[in-house]
Amino acid sequence: MSVIYIMWLRELRRYTRSRAQIVASLGQPLLYLLALGFGLGPIFEKAGQGSYLQFVAPGVIAMSILFTSVFSGIGMLWDRQFGFLKETLVAPVPRIQVMIGRTLGGATVAVIQGMLIAVICMIAGLRVHNLSYIPLAFFFMGLTAFVFASLGMAIGSILEDMQGFQLVMNFLVMPIFFLSGALFPLTNLPLVLKWITHIDPLTYGVDALRGTLTSAAHFSLTLDTLVLCVLATIFITMGAYLFSRIQA
Amino acid sequence: MIQVQNLVKKFGDFTAVDNISFNVEQGEIFAFLGPNGAGKTTTIKMLTTLLRPTSGTLEVDGIDPLVHQNEARKRFGVVFQDPSLDGDLTAYENMELHGVFYHVPRKLRVDRTQMLLTQFELWDRRNDRVKTFSGGMKRRLEIARGLLHTPKILFLDEPTLGLDPQTRNQLWTHVKHLNETERTTVFLTTHYMDEAERVAHRIAIIDHGHIIALGTPQELKQQTNTDSLEGAFLSLTGSTIRDEAAGSADQLRQMAKMWNKR
Repeated sequence: MSVIYIMWLRELRRYTRSRAQIVASLGQPLLYLLALGFGLGPIFEKAGQGSYLQFVAPGVIAMSILFTSVFSGIGMLWDRQFGFLKETLVAPVPRIQVMIGRTLGGATVAVIQGMLIAVICMIAGLRVHNLSYIPLAFFFMGLTAFVFASLGMAIGSILEDMQGFQLVMNFLVMPIFFLSGALFPLTNLPLVLKWITHIDPLTYGVDALRGTLTSAAHFSLTLDTLVLCVLATIFITMGAYLFSRIQA
Repeated sequence: MIQVQNLVKKFGDFTAVDNISFNVEQGEIFAFLGPNGAGKTTTIKMLTTLLRPTSGTLEVDGIDPLVHQNEARKRFGVVFQDPSLDGDLTAYENMELHGVFYHVPRKLRVDRTQMLLTQFELWDRRNDRVKTFSGGMKRRLEIARGLLHTPKILFLDEPTLGLDPQTRNQLWTHVKHLNETERTTVFLTTHYMDEAERVAHRIAIIDHGHIIALGTPQELKQQTNTDSLEGAFLSLTGSTIRDEAAGSADQLRQMAKMWNKR
């Protein structure tokens, strides 16, 4: 238990100490909010879909959660490089505890980051439809963060260099974001895109956030919860297995 | 305490460790000497569960580290050749983390942390982040951390690389003390012959993945008709300089410099 805690604490300490990074990582979501939320707003409204800012805000929150949590897992690349990974690998504790502590730490950081974006969205004009849903929104932020932190850990366990990192960025993280329904509604999509969005894990996180924050879920919250929980189980198992097999 | 039989490790076509066998008795200080790339670190990595051997059997305190990894890990402590600290944590936090990992009771952990950080003259800097430390300070912290818990076996992989004579002296005094009072078995590698001669009971000389000589410093000198260990070492391994291939970690480190991250 204390191993999980100390690894969780480590992730949080590292996060709070890199203030520059906190500010920097707010930049990209803000750009999306500004460029898309306000830029595409008028067209979206003309198409009779209502406020695009209301629509895209949950997507931008989910995006910052996705990036932060996947990166926290891939951060293992830096641990490998600076050698700290070895310290955790030879320790006489079950590696699964180390892995879970790290995952929970990464997920917590991602939720904090998502909350910061949520606050900024509210300042920009996001109106939450029902305040009593806020705790539920937290729950889904946490669940989404956990799913992707586990995925990040699984990837981080097999990556050995920066080239691999680029590959993951361009062929996994970016597609997960762009094909998730974070930016566009899931209705009336071409068949291929529809199927792709339906197998994208982030789709369900975005949908749940939309459902709890602005009341426009495409699926039901029950389905979202179910899918996210199943994915969390799969990814954490995968991550635990791959992490236990790391050689240094 | 440590038994190694017919150990082989291949990386692709390259054989880093080629069929070596040796035993280390309990309470013994055993040194591995060899030129760069001889297979010293690879052997330590296999003994400490970081690498899986291609073939051969290992035993650490009666336990097969390949099967019962965690049981084996409980029995040893390691000071690595390359850094393994978390630069974003303070010196104190690095010690704390290690103490939790090795199940050192809280009270004992706090006391020993103060004792060791004071001994290695880091106590005043305990609340500074490790990435602000000089190379020598990091090395000292690394060693202090390795001594925080008291394992049955201590692996020291070139622990004195880049250390000043004062710290070196501190380290070996401490290690000898541990060995004499707690019967800690020590397995070390080094490039400094005088250190090996000073502390080691037995020495194995390894080159190109083979053990080419094994015995007490006295025996090695007799065997080669030389009057110093350095002479014995050179007469056994020749005087050609070896290159080591850059591992993926080194390449990554260069990449990081380029990216200027942290």
